[in-house]
Amino acid sequence: MTSTISHDTASATAGVKTNDFALKLANVNGTGSASANSLLMQAIFRMGIPVSGKNLFPSNIQGLPTWYEIRVNKSGYTARALDYDLMVAMNSQTYAEDIAEVAAGGYVLYDSSWPLDAQLQRADVTFLGVPLAKMCLENFTSSRERVLMKNIAYAGALVALLDLDLEVIATLLTESYSRNEKLLASNQKALRLGYDYAMENFDCPLELRLAPMDETSHSILIDGNTASALGCLYAGATVAGWYPITPATALMDNFTALCAKYRREPVDSPVPGAPDSHQNNYLILQAEDEIAAIGMVLGASWSGARAFTSTSGPGISLMSELLGLAYYTEIPAVIFDVQRTGPSTGMPTRTQQADILLCAYASHGDTKHILLFPANPHECFEFAVTSFDVAERFQTPVFVLSDLDIGMNDWVVPELTWDDDFVPDRGRVLHDEDLAGIAEFFRYTNEDEDFVTPRTVPGSDSKGAYFIRGSGHDKFGKYTEVPAEYQEVVDRLKKKHAAAAHALPAPVEIRRPGAHVGIITLGSCDLAVREAIDELAARGVVADFLRVRGFPFAASVRQFVLDHEQCFVVEQNRDAQLRSLIALETEVDINAMHPVVHYGGFPLSARQVVDAVTTTLEVRP
Amino acid sequence: MSSPTKPLIPLAVLPKNELGLTVRDYEGAMSTLCAGCGHDSVTAAITQMYFELSMPPHMIAKLSGIGCSSKTPTYFVRGAHGFNSAHGRMATIATGANAANRELSYIGISGDGDSLSIGIGHLAHLMRRNVNMVYVLENNGVYGLTKGQFSASADIGSRSKRGVPNIVAPIDPIMLGLSMGATFLARSFSGDKEQLIPLLKAAVAHKGLALVDVISPCVTFNDHEGSTKSYRFMREHEVKEIETDFVPWQQEISMPHHKDDAREVIMHDGSAVRFRSVPPGYDPRDRQKVEEYIRERHERGEIATGLLYVNESSTDVHEMNNTPETALSKVPFATLCPGSAALAKLQEDFR
Repeated sequence: MTSTISHDTASATAGVKTNDFALKLANVNGTGSASANSLLMQAIFRMGIPVSGKNLFPSNIQGLPTWYEIRVNKSGYTARALDYDLMVAMNSQTYAEDIAEVAAGGYVLYDSSWPLDAQLQRADVTFLGVPLAKMCLENFTSSRERVLMKNIAYAGALVALLDLDLEVIATLLTESYSRNEKLLASNQKALRLGYDYAMENFDCPLELRLAPMDETSHSILIDGNTASALGCLYAGATVAGWYPITPATALMDNFTALCAKYRREPVDSPVPGAPDSHQNNYLILQAEDEIAAIGMVLGASWSGARAFTSTSGPGISLMSELLGLAYYTEIPAVIFDVQRTGPSTGMPTRTQQADILLCAYASHGDTKHILLFPANPHECFEFAVTSFDVAERFQTPVFVLSDLDIGMNDWVVPELTWDDDFVPDRGRVLHDEDLAGIAEFFRYTNEDEDFVTPRTVPGSDSKGAYFIRGSGHDKFGKYTEVPAEYQEVVDRLKKKHAAAAHALPAPVEIRRPGAHVGIITLGSCDLAVREAIDELAARGVVADFLRVRGFPFAASVRQFVLDHEQCFVVEQNRDAQLRSLIALETEVDINAMHPVVHYGGFPLSARQVVDAVTTTLEVRP
Repeated sequence: MSSPTKPLIPLAVLPKNELGLTVRDYEGAMSTLCAGCGHDSVTAAITQMYFELSMPPHMIAKLSGIGCSSKTPTYFVRGAHGFNSAHGRMATIATGANAANRELSYIGISGDGDSLSIGIGHLAHLMRRNVNMVYVLENNGVYGLTKGQFSASADIGSRSKRGVPNIVAPIDPIMLGLSMGATFLARSFSGDKEQLIPLLKAAVAHKGLALVDVISPCVTFNDHEGSTKSYRFMREHEVKEIETDFVPWQQEISMPHHKDDAREVIMHDGSAVRFRSVPPGYDPRDRQKVEEYIRERHERGEIATGLLYVNESSTDVHEMNNTPETALSKVPFATLCPGSAALAKLQEDFR
């Protein structure tokens, strides 16, 4: 069955959109759609066109609705789009809402093996029926393939409909299934089925078209969890403690895979001809819970290894007690928090930036931690490396606050580079030769300009032996209950935290002449806010931009707020946590900053920022 | 309160060990526990044990959680590296420390509250992972620092100082260890240094997690009539059928070889644990037999002590993971970082 409505009439009103449109693919979770969808995105990337892919998936293994969004934009605006030019409607359960989401003049590709309910029809969109189930039933014998290949078949139809380079996608398939000839043949066949059907039955290409560009030749397609894991590998991390949790699991899975590849050192086997003649220069411990995971990190860091854990919000809640221990006893630790939607279990497969205050002040008592806010996988790699240096330099926990959008989606980012002259900053550690040169060692004395005191690691000479205690201690490391002695230590910790500001990635600041408002944001809001600023400028609202990349804040954050009569803080949580943290820590007037919050669990899009800013400005000019 | 410093001037010429150190060099700060506390006897046994083993103090890492027992690492081997962590979490810190540097001799001191309530999950997994360390559980059935609540090891019917009987079933760390795959399980009594010191030495020699459950009466809150963790109860109910000697490997040549190998277990480092007497049919390597024996004794109201179970053929966490024989923390950065060429190459997969 083919389309019942002539698409000529519906599309006649819209102009041709080349490299500037959005697709949404509505699927059923667990039916193999993910590989087809990322294949399409990767093919567009290989055509040199700026693109993004957002997987909006349920907390479920099989059966619930799942969506994938692809935004193609020649100008590089690749934040989440809210207007879909083409919907691939593969889930009959969600037909109604999916079809309703298509922009006027857009298209719906559906499986026409079964007729579409007349009530779902819309006069202002074009329906493209492809009998996917029917053609797969006829062309494949195994029941598994009949389900899986429907996805590749609609990808094939899209190749024809969007003028996607068939050569590119064929190469990708060959690369993906180079080790499984049978699967490769099936995929190629399915791709061709969809392609041929579209070519024969529709006027291909549609008015949505892809045309090769040269915008991605120095870019890579990578997710944040992989990039973070790479950063840990390059930073020289050797010990990791972790507990599985969505959306952070892939970070450690990737680190494990990378270690297996790059950290196996051949050794001469003591037994001639023994099969396993290598050693692993890493130890990854899957812990019994997140409490144990952070405990392992502290133990390993105390002992002089670079150690880290990866988790999400619920894990941070559990780690809080030991994070206070690390803060007070001054032990380095790196914690990746790939944020998901809270509170409690919340929505594990949805994104948010709602752990900002939790991480900034994790644990009971007066604590303050160092936070890094990467905006994309490229920064995940860079900040991962930075985090170990900062943790060891300042002898304290450092949080890298990624989120599900960054961590689990593929992003087009500039390729990663490495300076082979890089020397890690291991901080102030006294070795035996240093100890020999001093009269006596006391753990919390001899502070430097950053209020950091030298430490020793276990195994060093007894002169450097001391007793770490989470109980009250004086600067000599001795137990104390004397107010002045206790305060002397915690006051230095406060100064040490403030001093770390200069060692963190500086805020990204873009000032425009004539700007009368300022927009502050962080992390994965980056692209949506930049796009919004351009859109606002087109509407006559000129805005300056500042993206914070670390806490404690650089002095320029306070200055930015003071410099603008109206400031907006854009973030992905209900309570405007970044805004509160800025007010608390820089003592600017909280009312000078309007909150722009987006917290439903899907990534931010520019329109939401534009709407919030224009609405506020109209109300309060 | 800060611990008073001990006078260091020896009153008599003290014997020296192979490192030329005296037992005084293995002491720490003065104890601030109650006079007569069983834990102080355990501290003394640990001090003596390390002295006799000629262990270099700086090669010892001593860790603890929170509680009376967890205070004691300050009271022994002042030249060792110490970590008094959080309640119940010592096992996790020790696991990480051991992961980073396997060259040190690790000893964790914990109590029944620390290990069997808040930290029981960590203890269970420490045993599963077989982290190479000595784990001393100073077991008194009571929370001392918070003034006398029952702990998870208190026996049913055992009475608190105020006369209230415990009604909840106790957790026996040895039985827990048997089900968790622990590879060294010993029990002793703080009042019996003669038994405890060889057990601790064997625990140090064991490659893997060595749990030493030491019944250590609390003189302030659990040493009264009706308590099953009192000095009197222990003296009346302890059964020392399984008596052992520890033979360091250096002395091996001069020792006659024992024919019944069930009664001698060679440790990883070549030293030996020799069973002076074991009950008929008892094999400390047979998990099932050990379990039966402990249960049987328990039903008779007796507490079996000694090296109850040992398995020297197991692998520790490092062997399971094929890590280098030297500390991971010492692997040079140049070896760890794959470099720019590898980064460029691996990114071909991301195009």
